Amino acid sequence: MNFQLPDLSPMVPELTMTALALIVLLIDLLIKKKEIIALISMAGVAIVAVTLLGSSGVTFGNMFISDGYSSFFKLIFFINVILSVLISIKYIAIERVNYGEYYSLILFSTIGMMIMASAGDLIVLYLGLELMALSTYILAGFIRHDVKSNEAALKYFLLGAFSSAFLLYGISIVYGLTGTTDLKTIAAFISEKGLANNFSLLLSVALLTVAFGFKIAAAPFHMWAPDVYEGAPTSITAFMSVGPKAAGFAVLGRVFMVAFASVKVDWVAILIPLSILTMGVGNIVALSQTNIKRMLAYSSIAHAGYALLGIITANNEGLASMMNYLMIYAFMNIGAFAVIIMLRSEGFKGDSIYDYEGLSKTHPWAAALMLIFMFSLTGIPPTAGFIGKLYIFISAINAGFTWLVVVAVIFSAISAYFYLRIVMYMYMREPKVTVSLTTSPATGIALIVTTAAVLVIGVFPSFLVGLARAAIRGF
Amino acid sequence: MEQVIMNQLSYPILSTVIFLPVLGALLILITRRSWELPTKWIALGTSILTFIISLTLFTDFDKTTHKMQFVEKHSWIPNWNINYYLGVDGISILFVLLSALTAILCVLISWNSIKTKIKEFYISILLTTAFMIGVFCSLDFFLFYLFWEAMLIPMFLIIGVWGGPNRIYAAIKFFLYTLVGSVLMLVGIIVIYLYAGKSFDILELMTKNYPYTMQLWLFWAFFAAFAVKVPMWPVHTWLPDAHTEAPTAGSVILAAILIKMGAYGFLRFSLPLFPEASKAMTPVMLTLSVIAIIYGAVICLAQTDLKRLIAYSSVSHMGFVTLGIFALNIQGLEGGILQMLNHGVVTGALFLSVGIVYDRTHSRQIADYGGLATVMPVYAAFFMVFTLASVGLPATNGFVGEFLILLGGFAANKLAGVLACTGIIIGAGYMLWLYQRIFFMEINKKIIGLSDMDIRETITLVPLIVLVLWIGIYPNSFLSFMHASVQHLLERVNAGGVQEVNIAKTILEVVR
Repeated sequence: MNFQLPDLSPMVPELTMTALALIVLLIDLLIKKKEIIALISMAGVAIVAVTLLGSSGVTFGNMFISDGYSSFFKLIFFINVILSVLISIKYIAIERVNYGEYYSLILFSTIGMMIMASAGDLIVLYLGLELMALSTYILAGFIRHDVKSNEAALKYFLLGAFSSAFLLYGISIVYGLTGTTDLKTIAAFISEKGLANNFSLLLSVALLTVAFGFKIAAAPFHMWAPDVYEGAPTSITAFMSVGPKAAGFAVLGRVFMVAFASVKVDWVAILIPLSILTMGVGNIVALSQTNIKRMLAYSSIAHAGYALLGIITANNEGLASMMNYLMIYAFMNIGAFAVIIMLRSEGFKGDSIYDYEGLSKTHPWAAALMLIFMFSLTGIPPTAGFIGKLYIFISAINAGFTWLVVVAVIFSAISAYFYLRIVMYMYMREPKVTVSLTTSPATGIALIVTTAAVLVIGVFPSFLVGLARAAIRGF
Repeated sequence: MEQVIMNQLSYPILSTVIFLPVLGALLILITRRSWELPTKWIALGTSILTFIISLTLFTDFDKTTHKMQFVEKHSWIPNWNINYYLGVDGISILFVLLSALTAILCVLISWNSIKTKIKEFYISILLTTAFMIGVFCSLDFFLFYLFWEAMLIPMFLIIGVWGGPNRIYAAIKFFLYTLVGSVLMLVGIIVIYLYAGKSFDILELMTKNYPYTMQLWLFWAFFAAFAVKVPMWPVHTWLPDAHTEAPTAGSVILAAILIKMGAYGFLRFSLPLFPEASKAMTPVMLTLSVIAIIYGAVICLAQTDLKRLIAYSSVSHMGFVTLGIFALNIQGLEGGILQMLNHGVVTGALFLSVGIVYDRTHSRQIADYGGLATVMPVYAAFFMVFTLASVGLPATNGFVGEFLILLGGFAANKLAGVLACTGIIIGAGYMLWLYQRIFFMEINKKIIGLSDMDIRETITLVPLIVLVLWIGIYPNSFLSFMHASVQHLLERVNAGGVQEVNIAKTILEVVR
């Protein structure tokens, strides 16, 4: 019996990333200046991004798939890592948690996401999900002397473990039913044996929806999000609100579209009320928040609701619009967090929305950038947020969900109120507390990149839309 | 491309008119905060230059055709078949000019009255101007929506930052009302886009016929956006707050241009895209218009706040505009368009005038004035002309517009015409009574010693006086722009409706 090594070329990005994470972990012992570790991490991620180009293929007997779909998501993860690290450097020093593990944990979490995006098998999916989740639990509690951060980590861990149990339960039912965990084989088995109306199958679809719903923070599985977002270090909140959410959408799209293609009608019927509830809860509860991190937590819940529309359409165009949306969301949300993080300085928390009163007077540039991100999150042209929503709405209406889009636009109009409130505080109130901004070149770069992306994509979306469409081709 | 006349000039004139103010705004962005005077001069310079360039449109416009002119078309977002597509016809050209003129007046009137965040203020004014001109020039739905929504951002700031005591409430109310309407229109736009085989090209969409039920749904989706902007009763409640609380320049932009965008939307989109639905909905629209006319006028009688009174008079006057549009005959439509222009000139002028005394007294209460004609005689004379134009005295522009609308209104529906006339009567009542309370009677102690208008203020008002009299005495120089376009629009509406009418006739015959 001769052992043959599987083709590793589709996995090169993951392998390089793992090597990078380990190097960062080791190098932490040698280097005192943590900024250098941050730099190495970012440079490494950039190299990994390059290896993405030649990585397409399937390996480990269909367990690991590297295609346009996964590569697009990996691109989102890389952008997420780099931007999050950029805004972290100064911030974790202020929070007095300037440890090198921070960066390696972020990288490990990202490897988990990458594996999720590429998973062609439910076991691999679980592997990636746990790697991502465990690293993020630690990161959420990274400010170990802060009670709120501890609370966030514990809550996230307990509820995350709970949702993992749902996932495993769902996977085991699927396995019991079909005898396989491979997505394509599951699909073939279901249509071959005519299991479309099988109760156990629908039960497992429901269980998987719960597990994925938890990861993307869809109502009613969103309860953890506000507390975790509020308690976690702000840079990690930014990281979590984009990465794990996008990874959740990646697996949601692939599992449902590939493995459960023949029970489309059923999972669409589950996802529609889920998305309405998510948009509703997110947008309405956000109206009454006074902590900006909590407010953005609810806003992030709401955005998951819009992105769900892309999956509900259950066609490639819908998936492309969902991917496009998540990419845009990465830029505008991390941009907003970059401004929030600047308000945190020694002895000043700066996470209450009242801290933004009169910001345009004391720090006009920071206020102007926040204004752009707030309008982008609302979805007002000519910002990227509008393009994201427009694409989602076009594909949803094209799939016949006009009424659902009407619901979505109404909620989106409601959302204008809480985003506007920040603008209103910044521009139309007088400053009450003196806010000093913590600026650093790294944060500056992050802000320049995100602002440019939000405005350029808002006016010239062709490239991104084309990329998302090309990525989904042959899915 | 026989549908349109491409731009024959050596430079893209419409793009220039749209992006010159944006350029000015960028220039102001990079000036120092302490350079207050240069900031103002940049704003004034760009707005004057924009207006002068837009005059070329006025002189080079071919009045004999309904086709879009000065057209520019470039591929923009090929994935969605979106083009950068601009052009003007007889309906939109006058509003491009009015927007450019309004920008100058807004800069002039704010010269001394805006004292905080000067940079941001003039950037907002210039951006609003650019976006408004963009709305009137867009021939691509995506581009149109982009300008339509983008305009909310600077307008929101103008009201909320530099407005009166209750400005935040007014700004948010304005934003949310308009946004809810707009997003519903967005759904409508996407539905048309997909139905018409993925095209945002407005002219192409107008050549297609849509099923009747679809037309009805879409009519109401677009109605949501346009009715809020006009504003029609009962979604007008944002307007008194926004008008009252906005700084003078903000009120002028709102009154002169922004609320015209709603009526323009009906003309440009609702009528030609959904002709059958528009016809079927005429009774509803006429009813809402008449309610707006009378309700707005009656409410005016009870106002104690100067700006609020003028704001409510806008509701009434815009009722005339929608009445004219949905009369669906040539007099009504032309009257409606002319009245949009008139209302822009006159109400803009009235808000400017109120701004002039407000800068001196910082009071909007009618009771704080009295006998102003003795203190500020020149000002009183100017105000008199605008009051009479608002009332609709012959030889002023108000008369021509309202006359045409009533002519069209009577032809469409006698009852609506009669009821609308009562609006004019009440209108004369509240405007003259207002004039009496402010300018005549005993001199109020609070206003003794106020200086009369200075040169800057006079310059601001003179162009509007000229327009009031010009349109009033020789309206043809403006009406002649729209004949061909309105004729074409009517043909489109009637062609769409013929089938419907014939079906009704056959049913009647069968019943007999």
